[in-house]
Amino acid sequence: MSSENILEVRNLTKHFKAGRDQIVHAVDGVSFSLKRGTTLGLVGESGCGKSTCARTIIRMYDPTDGSILLDGTDITAMKQKQLKPYRKKMQMIFQDPYASLNARMTVRDIIAEPLLAHGVVKNRAEANEIVYPILDRVGLTKEHANRYAHEFSGGQRQRVGIARALVLHPELVICDEPISALDVSIQAQVINLLKDFQEEKNLSYLFIAHDLSMVRYVSDHVGVMYLGHLVEMSEADEIYKNPLHPYTRGLLGSIPAADPKLARRKEKSGIEGDIPSPIHPPSGCRFHTRCPYAKPECAQREPERKEVGGGHMVACHLY
Amino acid sequence: MEPILKIDNLKTSFLTSSGEVQAVRGVSFTVNRGDILGIVGESGSGKSVTSMSILRLLPDTARIKEGSIEFHGKNLVTTSKKEMREIRGEKISMIFQDPMSSLNPLVPVGKQVAEVILQHHPDTGREAVRQEVLELFRRVRIPEPEKRFHSFPHAFSGGMRQRVMIAMALANKPDLLIADEPTTALDVTIQNQILRQLRELQEQSGTSILFITHDLGVVAELCSHVLVMYGGLVMEQASIDEIFEHPGHPYTMGLLASMPDLEQDKRVRLRPIPGSPPDMTNPPKGCPFAPRCPYARKICAQECPDLAALGEGHLSRCFLQYEDAPADAHNPFRNGE
Repeated sequence: MSSENILEVRNLTKHFKAGRDQIVHAVDGVSFSLKRGTTLGLVGESGCGKSTCARTIIRMYDPTDGSILLDGTDITAMKQKQLKPYRKKMQMIFQDPYASLNARMTVRDIIAEPLLAHGVVKNRAEANEIVYPILDRVGLTKEHANRYAHEFSGGQRQRVGIARALVLHPELVICDEPISALDVSIQAQVINLLKDFQEEKNLSYLFIAHDLSMVRYVSDHVGVMYLGHLVEMSEADEIYKNPLHPYTRGLLGSIPAADPKLARRKEKSGIEGDIPSPIHPPSGCRFHTRCPYAKPECAQREPERKEVGGGHMVACHLY
Repeated sequence: MEPILKIDNLKTSFLTSSGEVQAVRGVSFTVNRGDILGIVGESGSGKSVTSMSILRLLPDTARIKEGSIEFHGKNLVTTSKKEMREIRGEKISMIFQDPMSSLNPLVPVGKQVAEVILQHHPDTGREAVRQEVLELFRRVRIPEPEKRFHSFPHAFSGGMRQRVMIAMALANKPDLLIADEPTTALDVTIQNQILRQLRELQEQSGTSILFITHDLGVVAELCSHVLVMYGGLVMEQASIDEIFEHPGHPYTMGLLASMPDLEQDKRVRLRPIPGSPPDMTNPPKGCPFAPRCPYARKICAQECPDLAALGEGHLSRCFLQYEDAPADAHNPFRNGE
């Protein structure tokens, strides 16, 4: 039996030790759920904890607190051995296709490795039966199978990364900035490929990116993170049309409008200053140091998450 | 309008073990005083090599094979090394993509900016230089400039480091600022701050800016004119409004169509440009974009078209806009005529 939510994250917290007595509050009390067959986009500036969030969900890091439910099963405290069958269900696509492929393995071996590791196939000949069709599916050919990663362009490498992630037929794929290292004309190729796979296999994506236009295009829901907190979450169109949190507004106001007329008309919004250190995050609402609407209350008390209707959640004292 | 930089038929190549890489294959353009000219292109299009050629900051393996770069009437291609050193940082300055690797980690930032001033104006007094640096820090909005003067680069965020770079680049009030992907490594929020700042500084000082980027959105925000480069050539050149409203080259059209804007309908698939950019050790004989072009005809693979006028100040390098090109459904220019 499978549950409606492929992924449920409750109060997820990940702290790192940084030297003596210092703690990096990378992710603090993040909760969300991801419906099967849909895409949740996570956005925020670098250092907001979106990648740490992804890596903790896939258990590359052990969570400090909170729970992770994959298809209804709590995998938060599972040992690596117990976790193995669940790993098959969730795979990851990484940002840097140059660093995430083994330079000493051929493309065939890179894609066959998960099949062998999970005992799906017994030997390389059997693996080829699966590897060749998936290579074809991601737009590469049989001839590419014997080559090494360095012989490929960035876009082709990312296709190899996608093939590796999808070869085990996962249900959840975590895409950590899958297109930000690619050229503009190649980005759309990769996005179309990811969307096709989703339709075909009812895949669920946790899609992490800083390109807000692309996130809107691929996502059904969008969560906005700031300094380890999830500050707003809603349906994708709703959050772009009706952003509530001052941080979300500033973030959207910062996107360069790909239209010179719009760029001239656009009110010069945006956000001043830099993201503070997650070692000493500001008290109360973590955004209050940069927020144009901050009240005294904001520095003292952390705002709770409120639902303002239609599944639109926001954590801000203004609402 | 007074032209300050005039590049004519620039060709720059790299000599590598696998042969000659023709990175720039005949680029011509002019930057007028007070212009913000954008150069847009993907990796390998030759945009950065063009800018490095202007300042003659090319690695040893690269050669400027042909063409001239006239700056205030002087050809920079044949200028002596000594004279180039006097021009760099004084008349033409540059900011780079990665502000961390462009700053010396062992020297306080204030001192690094001061060095640039002293290099070209060695007689300036210590206190006067200090005051100048503090004023620059204020102009680029570095908070607490007195305190920050003595900080080292590692204590700065990426955005703040880029502000230091901008302060350094503006220190000697150059005529031309070359910005090579200065916001690519930064978050959108910080990018937005830096772009606003560049625009303000440009308005105050009248410095011309050559802005190199892969992001058409950034170009729309900042530039007045734009060159679109591909395969070492300028494919299209126009004012910013023209490029977005009436793109003339199939490559530009493809770039615009492959970017979703915020209003993009989710049910409509993105229209990517198929294939990947050409290998410049062995560039295609004809139009470099022909192998990926949906409108390509036989001639496109055999000959490379010249840049031709599409309208006032609008140039495009495509056979399909030629008057003798066949007017059929495969011609986006003649369709429906």
